[in-house]
Amino acid sequence: MSIARRLARDWGPPAALVALALLAWELAARGGWVEDYLLPAPTEVGQALVEDRRLLLEDTWVTAQEVLAGFALALAAGAALAVLLHVSEIARRAVYPLVVASQAVPIVVIAPILVIWFGFGMTPKLIVIALICFFPIVVNTLDGLRAVDPAHVKMLRTLGAGRWATLRRLEGPAALPYLFSGAKIAVAVAVIGAVFGELVGSDAGLGHVIQVGMAQLLTARVFAAVAILSAMAIALFALLSAAERLAVPWARHRSAP
Amino acid sequence: MAVRTPERESPRASATPAVSVDALGKVFPTRRGPVEALAGVGFAIAPGAVVGIVGPSGCGKSTLLEIVAGLQEPSSGQVRVNGRTAAAERLRACVLMPQRDLLLPWRSALDNAGLARELQGDGRKEARRRAAELFARFGLEEFGSARPHELSGGMRQRVAFARTLLAERPLLLLDEPFASLDAITRAELQEWTLGALAAEPRTVLLVTHDIEEALYLCDRVLVLSSRPGQVRAGLRGVQGEGARSEVVTSEEFAQLRHRALEALA
Repeated sequence: MSIARRLARDWGPPAALVALALLAWELAARGGWVEDYLLPAPTEVGQALVEDRRLLLEDTWVTAQEVLAGFALALAAGAALAVLLHVSEIARRAVYPLVVASQAVPIVVIAPILVIWFGFGMTPKLIVIALICFFPIVVNTLDGLRAVDPAHVKMLRTLGAGRWATLRRLEGPAALPYLFSGAKIAVAVAVIGAVFGELVGSDAGLGHVIQVGMAQLLTARVFAAVAILSAMAIALFALLSAAERLAVPWARHRSAP
Repeated sequence: MAVRTPERESPRASATPAVSVDALGKVFPTRRGPVEALAGVGFAIAPGAVVGIVGPSGCGKSTLLEIVAGLQEPSSGQVRVNGRTAAAERLRACVLMPQRDLLLPWRSALDNAGLARELQGDGRKEARRRAAELFARFGLEEFGSARPHELSGGMRQRVAFARTLLAERPLLLLDEPFASLDAITRAELQEWTLGALAAEPRTVLLVTHDIEEALYLCDRVLVLSSRPGQVRAGLRGVQGEGARSEVVTSEEFAQLRHRALEALA
């Protein structure tokens, strides 16, 4: 199949659906059924994107930094904790319930406290994002580490592998596809975490733009910020998917482990 | 018939057997109570011998192999490998090749075989060099860069065998290494294994449920009864005594097979 036809097959239907929805939205807004400040037309959102590009670009950069740093923090800490929980039965019994419990503590409660502790800077956002991203990464990676076929573990043992060698040559590589699954879930919610952190207290970022824009009834600008956030999430997800294809090409052919 | 090496015929009395198993028993706790997998198993293997164990499925053959390998402990009795009983010592003295090839999908064929060297402390480069050496001798050189999913079942089993040899242990424990292959590939691989063992002599303990395979590949065959596994008979095998077509059609082979079947009945 040619590239053009494949693109048409893969992207044609969603593109058509989005175009149709945008058209209907445009007609509804232009037709005067809804007020401008409640629902701006897509063209008005596009106009805001162009006109406010300087301001939006700056704030996008701030939010992007928070998302990337928070996600990286969660990835490093999550993978490390998953390994610890895997190798230590005691740690697993002691810490795993706490990891689950930490997800039940509402971020709504934690975020304002973080602002009191760390101020309006990047730190509280980073922590909020990391807290949200952490959980899917730990749970998925731990599942991956534990899903290794015991026959493989025996095989490595008879070849002379100790605990560390088994982790490095068998369990680690085998858990990579799981780590990527967790990371893909995490990256999608990381953007929400950034916006939430910014809404609670900030002087920059797309969340800040949304907050100020709402207060001033600059609805088109708010929608523009939301559009950028969605694009950011999609871009990060696509980036991770590409990294996954490069890092674990064998996952597509896997039978075991 | 080929001349047998004196060492195989009559191991010197002073030599420590490579493996000696004495009154070995294994009991598994299950929800329905304890199950006796092995009871009073005893045999000895001289260094350099190739010994087969045949028995019906579920007779504890694989368990016996894992106990010798140091992956499990017996419930009663004793196992010595090179005169030593500790599981850690047994682990170091032998290598077990399981029925499934268990190749790692993220490694090439060469790196899968080289894994055995890496786990012995060699660097990736040295491990590759050693694996490539063996691949060249085994006619695998074209497949070094192939991924496991690109290889046929027979090729995968050869790579797994190369990995097993590269562990460089004096004792090889083979657990139904050909059971997952079709009949033609199995016969091919049996010949190949005989050649590989002639080039790289080891003490071998081969577990199989195929009587002909055991008689053809080994110079001694033990027949195990069904659960709990017990040694019913010890037969001589015909390893290296001529071409397959001659050996398996000989009168003696038919008699040996008959005796093995009787012991199993």
